[in-house]
Amino acid sequence: MVEEEGFRRYVAHIILWIGIAIVAFPVYLAFIASTQDNAVIANGQMSLLPGGHFFETYYQTIFVGTSGSTREPVGNMMLNSLVMALLIAVGKIAISIISAYAIVYFRFPFRMPIFWLIFITLMLPVEVRIYPTYKIVADLHMLDSYAGLSLPLIASATATLLFRQFFMTVPDELLEASRIDGAGPFRFFWDTLLPLSRTNMAALFVILFILGWNQYLWPLLITTRDDMQTIQVGIRKMITTTDALTEWPIVMATAVLAMLPPVFVVVVMQKLFVRGLVETEK
Amino acid sequence: MQKQAIFQSKLLPYALVAPQLAIVLVFFYWPALQAVIQSFLLQDAFGLSTSFVWFENYIDLFKEPAYFEAILRTFFFSFAIAVSSLSFALLLAVMADKPLRGSMLYRTLLIWPYAVAPPVVGVLWIFMLHPSLGVLSRYLRALGIDWNPLLDGDQAAALIILAAAWKQISYNFLFFLAGLQSIPRSVLEAAAIDGARPMRRFWTVTFPLLSPTIFFLLVVNIVYAFFDTFGIIDTMTRGGPGKSTETLVYKVYTDGLLGGNLGSSAAQSVILMFMVIVLTGIQFRFVERKVTY
Repeated sequence: MVEEEGFRRYVAHIILWIGIAIVAFPVYLAFIASTQDNAVIANGQMSLLPGGHFFETYYQTIFVGTSGSTREPVGNMMLNSLVMALLIAVGKIAISIISAYAIVYFRFPFRMPIFWLIFITLMLPVEVRIYPTYKIVADLHMLDSYAGLSLPLIASATATLLFRQFFMTVPDELLEASRIDGAGPFRFFWDTLLPLSRTNMAALFVILFILGWNQYLWPLLITTRDDMQTIQVGIRKMITTTDALTEWPIVMATAVLAMLPPVFVVVVMQKLFVRGLVETEK
Repeated sequence: MQKQAIFQSKLLPYALVAPQLAIVLVFFYWPALQAVIQSFLLQDAFGLSTSFVWFENYIDLFKEPAYFEAILRTFFFSFAIAVSSLSFALLLAVMADKPLRGSMLYRTLLIWPYAVAPPVVGVLWIFMLHPSLGVLSRYLRALGIDWNPLLDGDQAAALIILAAAWKQISYNFLFFLAGLQSIPRSVLEAAAIDGARPMRRFWTVTFPLLSPTIFFLLVVNIVYAFFDTFGIIDTMTRGGPGKSTETLVYKVYTDGLLGGNLGSSAAQSVILMFMVIVLTGIQFRFVERKVTY
């Protein structure tokens, strides 16, 4: 029998709590700093307990922004991030599910070459082709737009592969049955395949939303207007000024606000998140 | 590879793949091709004329000591990040795999940092270890360490590695836990009956059975260290002090943005593409093996 004696069990609990502390401490610190006075923080005299500036700091962060480097209210940045993340997640799922449907359920000339054209995109992240992509987006007049923020990030094959794999496991009898009922390709897709794919779509959505919300290099390059910047870009601009002028409570409040939506998604939709993560990595 | 039951239609399948194909062609293939073409061209200082120079951009690149240093640095960072994050995550996963009370709670409390964006990770860590106001810097100085990552290159590198490894703990933990849970209890029980103590059981039974997961995570972590550390580096050190935290991706970014040397930047991009293709190739081979076993 593999039984754990009491002592070993205690050790396990202790190690896990140390791990949790290491993982949580930087975030705890950020929250504490966001409730304290900037002068105290700048002196290096910050206490490790919450201060009394919570409402004041978060109000200023969300509705006003910093008084220095970037004067954009963080609320607006969050809106930009939200729109970008949703466009990436929904756009990718939508175009992927229909192309996977075509590749699995139809036989047509150039089917395999098209599949490979899509498949190869899996290999290269946007980081290795940033400047040429930037130039194309600029030529298409899509700088500082939601389309420019999201379209280049939609160009990848993960979701297509996932749906293709899933469709292959759907029994052929289902298609035959709905054919007997007189259903065409649209009806079958809408009434049979889509409801079956619901869990896969949800899991994928969770992962893509987090990845979209956390994008950094691409938005950094193609947004020049302050009112188009995402929260990840905005937070870096807040600490560009010389240290003495950095408004740390606001920076830290922004960090907390930037973490809130994706962390919420991971914690609340944990099952879907784990499923999506494991499946997109396969 | 394909279904037996299919639809017959001449135009519909093309209409269905068209949106994705269009986006992939415009935003993936066209820029990738541009990068390759650009890497064979040399532009004069004013951008007025370009000439085809074969591999000159590549040769210049490899003659440049800074590029070699960036390659070595990137591999060193990747290795350090992967090893530190993997070993800590494995320790936590082995502990969480035990039949403990509240193990679901432990899992939740350990996986959420996956959702923290790299630039935010950078901001959190530079705040915590800032030379003048960092809460932990006081203790480092009390230990007699002259802590200033904004001036000392080695300390800056250590800071980047720590922060990047911290972010990756949750991801590695999750996959290790899944790997551990797929090891049959009976194998471990057999080893226990043979009299193997827990430590020995881990090294002779669990660890070898976990090796596919370890290998998979190693590749994922290296790719992560190559690309996703950009946000961490950009918010913490901007590649500095000097060039002590400049990785390959960061160099592509700064050379293209500040230097305006598009040919060299493009050549660097192409070399990076090759590296990623090799890494993903290794990963795919491994994944295939996992499926057939």
